[in-house]
Amino acid sequence: MATASASAPSASPTQDDLAFWMAAIATRQDRAAFAALFRHFTPRLRAFLQRAGAAGAAADDVVQDVMLTVWRLASRYDPSRATVSTWVFTIARNRRIDQVRRERHPEVDPDDVELIDPADSAEQQVSAVQDEARIRNAMAGLPPEQAEILRRAYFDDLPHTAIAEQTGLPLGTVKSRIRLALARLRLTYDQP
Amino acid sequence: MTAHTPAPHHHPDPAVLVDYAAGSLREPLALAVATHLWFCRACRDTVANAEAVGGALLAALPAAGDGDIGLAEVLALLDEPAAVAVAPRAPVAADIPGPLRHYVQGALPALPWRTTTKSLATVDLTTDVPGYRVRLLRIAAGAAMPRHTHRGTEVTVVLKGGYSDELGRFAPGDVAATDPAVAHQPMADADQDCYCLAVTDAPVRLVGWLGLLLNPFVRF
Ligand SMILES: [Zn+2]
Repeated sequence: MATASASAPSASPTQDDLAFWMAAIATRQDRAAFAALFRHFTPRLRAFLQRAGAAGAAADDVVQDVMLTVWRLASRYDPSRATVSTWVFTIARNRRIDQVRRERHPEVDPDDVELIDPADSAEQQVSAVQDEARIRNAMAGLPPEQAEILRRAYFDDLPHTAIAEQTGLPLGTVKSRIRLALARLRLTYDQP
Repeated sequence: MTAHTPAPHHHPDPAVLVDYAAGSLREPLALAVATHLWFCRACRDTVANAEAVGGALLAALPAAGDGDIGLAEVLALLDEPAAVAVAPRAPVAADIPGPLRHYVQGALPALPWRTTTKSLATVDLTTDVPGYRVRLLRIAAGAAMPRHTHRGTEVTVVLKGGYSDELGRFAPGDVAATDPAVAHQPMADADQDCYCLAVTDAPVRLVGWLGLLLNPFVRF
């Protein structure tokens, strides 16, 4: 059972624990739940930012900024769209772009009433949560060269064209490894 | 633009959708992808899944440092008002896709269009990213753009109307990425003006007779 007073650094929290803490923060500004979330995520966020080239104090500043954003936007977190880890990843990604590159990450607001062909909430709920569990399992089985390209793409702040330049791999090889990984994780949807 | 706009046929490369989800695209290119996503449910779902890959990779990272580092400081800041207020939703402009509303306000026809040739008008968008030009284009109904090549890559997304060129027909939401070697000549549909978002990572070079005439003077 998830508990917000988890001060003991016991086993890794489950996605359910994380969602429980998020709900406690969103509904009653629960500081103990926030502290538990903080202890879980900040060592990983620090590693994430250090890999992208933010050193020591700079990484810690962005980590703090990400966690403050989690606190302030908690009520916007929608468990039907993404797990807590994925939501925190998107916040960290956007803060990294903002603080390291001084750029924005233009996005679609899924609640915009004018959005073309929006997902209805029932089908979205089923797909978002099931897909994430499936993706996690499938990632463990990726061939090492595909997993390595994905790690570079997500952690090194390099588009695939730059990964090709850096690794010396032909662009076609990088593209095909990404395509193979996407196919293996069944990430791509049929494009009409 | 209505809920009945047909789904786009020309999508970004899947590797570019992963770049977008990973956050490694420069802002002008990310804007072109987000503008396509506005029209394309399939690519939105792919991006959501690619973000889940990011979440899974983040969760699996080995910890760097202790979880208590900085906790007391952050707890002390929780009651402070946010230094930067959470951005309010931009006002709705019916014919401007959501991701572009941060850069331009108002309806498409009412923007401050700058006439470049008889058949082409442009509006520059500011992104503060050196090396890129981000513009909206308005090609007059039935008109052909001057034949042109690029020193870099040009990515266009149709916003309204449509055009055809050597690569096919392009309707709202369709993305075209043209590589430097290909000279192409888009021709707008006859029934209405065609509006596009165009992102170039180097100035466009016109070729052919009109190009020779215009090139030293016109940058578009
Ligand atoms: Zn698409």
